[in-house]
Amino acid sequence: METGEQNRPQRKYLISKGIDGFFASIHHVSLFVLRFFKELFSAPVEFRETIRQCYIVGVKSLPLISITGLITGVVFTLQFRPVMVEFGAEGWIPATVAVAVIRALAPLVTSLICSGKVGSSFGAELGAMRVTDQIDAMEVSAVNPYKFLVVSRVLATTFMVPALTIYFGLLCGLGSYFQVHQADQTSFPMFISGFFEKIDFIDYASAIFRALVYGFTLGMVGCYQGYFTKQGTEGVGRAANKAVVISNFLLFIEEVLIVSGISILRSFM
Amino acid sequence: MKKTGNIHNEDIVISIRGLRKSFSMPVLRGIDLDLYNGENLVVLGRSGTGKSVLIKIISGLLTPDSGTVMVLGEDISKLSKKEMDELRLKIGFSFQNSALYDSMTVRENLEFPLRHHDKNLSFKSRLQLIEETLDSVGMLPSINQMPVELSGGQKKRVGIARTLIMRPKIMLYDEPTAGLDPITSVEIIELINEVQKNYKTSSIIITHDLTCAKATGDRLMMLIDGKIAAQGSFDEVFKSQNEQIKSFYDYNFVQ
Ligand SMILES: Nc1ncnc2c1ncn2[C@@H]1O[C@H](COP(=O)(O)OP(=O)(O)OP(=O)(O)O)[C@@H](O)[C@H]1O
Ligand SMILES: [Mg+2]
Repeated sequence: METGEQNRPQRKYLISKGIDGFFASIHHVSLFVLRFFKELFSAPVEFRETIRQCYIVGVKSLPLISITGLITGVVFTLQFRPVMVEFGAEGWIPATVAVAVIRALAPLVTSLICSGKVGSSFGAELGAMRVTDQIDAMEVSAVNPYKFLVVSRVLATTFMVPALTIYFGLLCGLGSYFQVHQADQTSFPMFISGFFEKIDFIDYASAIFRALVYGFTLGMVGCYQGYFTKQGTEGVGRAANKAVVISNFLLFIEEVLIVSGISILRSFM
Repeated sequence: MKKTGNIHNEDIVISIRGLRKSFSMPVLRGIDLDLYNGENLVVLGRSGTGKSVLIKIISGLLTPDSGTVMVLGEDISKLSKKEMDELRLKIGFSFQNSALYDSMTVRENLEFPLRHHDKNLSFKSRLQLIEETLDSVGMLPSINQMPVELSGGQKKRVGIARTLIMRPKIMLYDEPTAGLDPITSVEIIELINEVQKNYKTSSIIITHDLTCAKATGDRLMMLIDGKIAAQGSFDEVFKSQNEQIKSFYDYNFVQ
């Protein structure tokens, strides 16, 4: 009884502190994101570093994207075939694969791969720089560390994830063609015309738009986690880990929101 | 080893009054400090007394809760971001752990501030400046190495060279000899004195190593519990009857 009385004010304090902390961290994140747009349009531009990051992001994920893309194409077609055969619709396989890949899979799978490969390395890299004072060292030498480290990296993922998404889509198509060709001896031109039959402008635009948003998100989350790493080397591991977990979570939420938005848009057309 | 012949004129380069800073606990509790042109001022104190916090405030990495900090005649709390950056170019900061950019070679580490601030320097004169500065800290042979390939003492040297390349007027050294063996320590101590002489810098040297304090300091300050407990020459400070200062001295030399 007595201890209960004593605990009560403390628990209340803890809850209000938790709520305060939640809003404080939202505020902190918004400032970090807003700063991106502010620094993006102010001189000087870290052109060299941005190009270097684009190269790293692109090249780092290329092997994994290639393999995943090709295999997704093959496996997806393989799994889909029995159903299509049952309906006597083998001819529709290329179009179906295309709809699945371009409308749904390509942006999401590419971003998830990049968040695991690139986002986590942003978290670890910037985290290590933070805990070894390298970010402070930039600051005291009057170089803007946000611009040099964060803006260049976020720009790189924002541009490279869409590029990799297109590449992923093409490789999926290629994988699917291998499977279709093997089973039905469909020629390449036949496959291609089938593949692109059901895809319209909105599909392409929305895939690219989603990839842009996801690329921005995963770059931002990775950089945020790294930039504010605390508690030494242990914090670096945590930053890398959180970068992936949080950005994957956000990617799915964005997917739901954007796809719903696009369906509504379609219903008006 | 004791420093002799300290000539300093009365120009004040850094002037701090009533400086306070708290985190979850009070760290600095009213610091007054003057750094004179051309002198090496040593700030002594045990771990956690806020020595690093003090020089982070001077370089604008942390903001004070109250008090004024004047650096080269400018009140740093009144400077815009741009003006602060201009001032920072005149301050060299040697970090406790060197803080070299470990994705870059030694040459690129030195080139980094140059590339950002001296844009119209030709490639050739830039390289010449880098080689010259590296040579002055004895690290020219390592110009193409990566920081991971260097020892602690070598990293310190490169870190110092990276700040010297902007020809700063003020040097802030955070524990320059921490974690180094006695011989390497002496080499760094000599380097600090050479920098003072050759680059005409005024320096604040933070340390808890009395050998370093004695050999580099023209003047010493003892920081205890967030306040300056004693100041003056080495002998003046350690003549004090303050128990904490005495035990600080004893522990340093008993070991
Ligand atoms: N950014 C910060 N956030 C919170 N607390 C801090 C921060 N920086 C320093 N402190 C606290 O301030 C106190 C003094 O830290 P500081 O790094 O200045 O000590 P120091 O005198 O340099 O010690 P050392 O000799 O170990 O380097 C410590 O208790 C530390 O926990
Ligand atoms: Mg320190």
